[in-house]
Amino acid sequence: MLAYLARRTLLLAASLLVASAVLFVLLRLLPGDAATTLLSLDADAGQVAAVRRELGVDRPIPGQFAIWLDHLARLDFGRSFVSRAPVGEEIAARLDVTIPLTLMAFALAVVIAIPAGVRTAARGRSWVLAALTQLGLAVPVFWVGMLLMNVFALRLRWLPAGGFPPDGWADPMAALACLALPVLTVALVMSAVLVRYVHSATLDVLDSGYLRTARALGASFPAAMWRHGLRNAAAPVVPILGIELATTFVGAVVVEDVFALPGLGGLLVRAFERHDYPVIQGVLALSTFAVLAAGFLADLLQRLLDPRLRRSIAGSP
Amino acid sequence: MKQQGTALTGLCLTRLTVVFSALALIAGLASCAARTAEPRGEIPLNVGSLYEPQNLDNVGGGGQGATEALAGNVYEGLFKITDSGAVEKSLAESYLTAPDGLTYTFHLRPGVRFHSGDPLTAADVKYSLERILAASSKSSRKSSLGVIKTIAAPDDTTVVVTLSSKSISFVYNLGFVWIVNDKDTDPATQEDGTGPYRLAEWRRGATLTLTRSDRYWGAPAKSARVVFHYFTDAAAMNNALLTGAVDVVTSEQSPDALAQFNQDHSFTISEGRSTTKLLLAFNDRVPPFNDARIRRAVSSAIDDHKLLNAIWNGHGMVIGSMVPPTDPWYEDLTGVNPYDVALAKRLLTEAGKPSGFTFTLDTPTYDPHPTIAAFVVSELAKVGITAKINSISADEWYSKVFQKHDFTATLQEHVNDRDIRWYADPNFYWGYDNKKVSDWVIRSESAGSAEEQIELLRKVARQIAEDAASDWLYLNPQIVVSASKVTGYPVNGLNAQFFVYDIVKR
Repeated sequence: MLAYLARRTLLLAASLLVASAVLFVLLRLLPGDAATTLLSLDADAGQVAAVRRELGVDRPIPGQFAIWLDHLARLDFGRSFVSRAPVGEEIAARLDVTIPLTLMAFALAVVIAIPAGVRTAARGRSWVLAALTQLGLAVPVFWVGMLLMNVFALRLRWLPAGGFPPDGWADPMAALACLALPVLTVALVMSAVLVRYVHSATLDVLDSGYLRTARALGASFPAAMWRHGLRNAAAPVVPILGIELATTFVGAVVVEDVFALPGLGGLLVRAFERHDYPVIQGVLALSTFAVLAAGFLADLLQRLLDPRLRRSIAGSP
Repeated sequence: MKQQGTALTGLCLTRLTVVFSALALIAGLASCAARTAEPRGEIPLNVGSLYEPQNLDNVGGGGQGATEALAGNVYEGLFKITDSGAVEKSLAESYLTAPDGLTYTFHLRPGVRFHSGDPLTAADVKYSLERILAASSKSSRKSSLGVIKTIAAPDDTTVVVTLSSKSISFVYNLGFVWIVNDKDTDPATQEDGTGPYRLAEWRRGATLTLTRSDRYWGAPAKSARVVFHYFTDAAAMNNALLTGAVDVVTSEQSPDALAQFNQDHSFTISEGRSTTKLLLAFNDRVPPFNDARIRRAVSSAIDDHKLLNAIWNGHGMVIGSMVPPTDPWYEDLTGVNPYDVALAKRLLTEAGKPSGFTFTLDTPTYDPHPTIAAFVVSELAKVGITAKINSISADEWYSKVFQKHDFTATLQEHVNDRDIRWYADPNFYWGYDNKKVSDWVIRSESAGSAEEQIELLRKVARQIAEDAASDWLYLNPQIVVSASKVTGYPVNGLNAQFFVYDIVKR
């Protein structure tokens, strides 16, 4: 178990390092830099040079990378080139929106996908599922957002069309109202993907010998599914959940823009526009870490579910 | 052992959803606990904008957004440039100019305090001016204030500035200098101004809240609380206005959206004059555009009115030179290079290119440039000129066109007031080089009176129009849309300022 943990952690660190290095170089190969964001067209060459020196973007790229790594090792993401606020603070302020949005959307997607997948498989209604999920897969997430906004915010006026309360979660109902449509948007699209996995995993179980045996021994269909079917169907679905959580996060980032939510998505888009490297690197390092960690957790969970894998963690063959 | 394992498996599946819901709830509650509700006064005035500040300092790269939210609202200058472009005394109660025009003595308004409670002194003014001139300054006014030679504060209420040469725009330019407290804080992240509002909170990416200052020296602001809501997408901003989440938007950038407000009487659309000029800028250094006849031919081949109609649906105006109507030296020069296809063909023949030519038009990828480029291509095709569109990003534009001058022609918006002076600089990206014009611009700056300055700059405007130094396609409108119950907002939004202190919501 320890060896396994150590291996995973090492892999995680190595992936982060490679991702950061690639990103670091790519960002700096793009034309332009933050000096042009901070200065107007009226600035003279002296001002441009002074700003570049102040930001440190005039130094050679390997030197810049070394400095960034050195700071990162001390958990210091640096300061934004543009706002001059610490990057950690900038990111923390946005997590208020992005984390609840991602988790709620993910939970809702799971709540929709599991019963839908199991039922359609059990009742042999695969064509209904196929039609609906095809639609869910084909329609871009931002378009679903715009559609829901049009109906529920602009026409029915049940929910706000976007934005987030200036005082954040101080009024939880107001904040939840602002997140309702974005959560629904991401969840609908995510569940379209998820339901297919649940559906096919359930179909595999339905064909299995042990389920037939259980039925032959007198168990009703729901009882047989409950005691034997679901836990076997779960095994292939759980690792997928880890990946899907990451995809939900990406979906959330896109939807934030549609609903004008002050989350990580907006921060990242703006930072790219402005060549605000410390912010871009901070957000991406954090999200890379989150995605890898989600995969790691899903892996652990799967091992807990599946005794065969669990034995291999413990080290016995 | 086996039993235990299966129980766990069953649990996991049935409770998976519960676990995730709980996680979501915890995240929500944790964020709740982190904040306490701030006291609510009367209903705030909600302002929608596409321009969030980059930071809070207009000398530190705060950009258009910092000016919009803070200029005149949180920070004040010695002088104020009003929404109609006039210069008024603000923190300066009076000033004297020495007969040689090189020494200015400013007397500060007594009894003014910063939001922190510190009194305004001459040392603060000196500090604020020095900040603009410092090596680390990112101010767009640094070059125009470069004439400052010395700044002295002989007593607490007097500031004496000497100039290295006469500058009739000096007082005007001081209108852009925010007076900040000289204490040791970073204005990029923390404000301390003298204006009618103090900054209560800035939630980056979302909102910036201003509350009325109790110690303001002038007439108190009319709304107790103003919240700027920031959007990255014009459609999202318009939806917020439609659903009442915001009361007024500072600048409407998508004319298509106006229709939905036009039909509805609960909204008011106001059109003011902006200073944003859309240019087809030639590289005047290189063939074929080093020949004024070719430039004039292109200018006459494009129907600016039709273009303006296509882009802004009847809003905005055609100007014919680099001067918007809010600059004092404006006159209508649209007749100098009229839309006249026959004239364009004649000019081409005179210039030895009767069958036209081919050139590359560097076109920024963002709106409205691609649409304009397509229009220009089709107009020029009618006189035999082939324009090839080369799409470039804003950053490429900056390095390729602006810095390296590596282009033949380009499209670009020029947003500043009084920026005709760039035609006096042969090193500017468009490379217009005319000694007469440079001389007039320099003389206008050392002019003895505003009349003399205006007269000289009118000559400049006419000369560059006659030379078709660039093709000034049109002037953007400044469109503010508000709920009908909202009044008192600035209509021109000059220099990106948006004074909110007189706005009332009935």
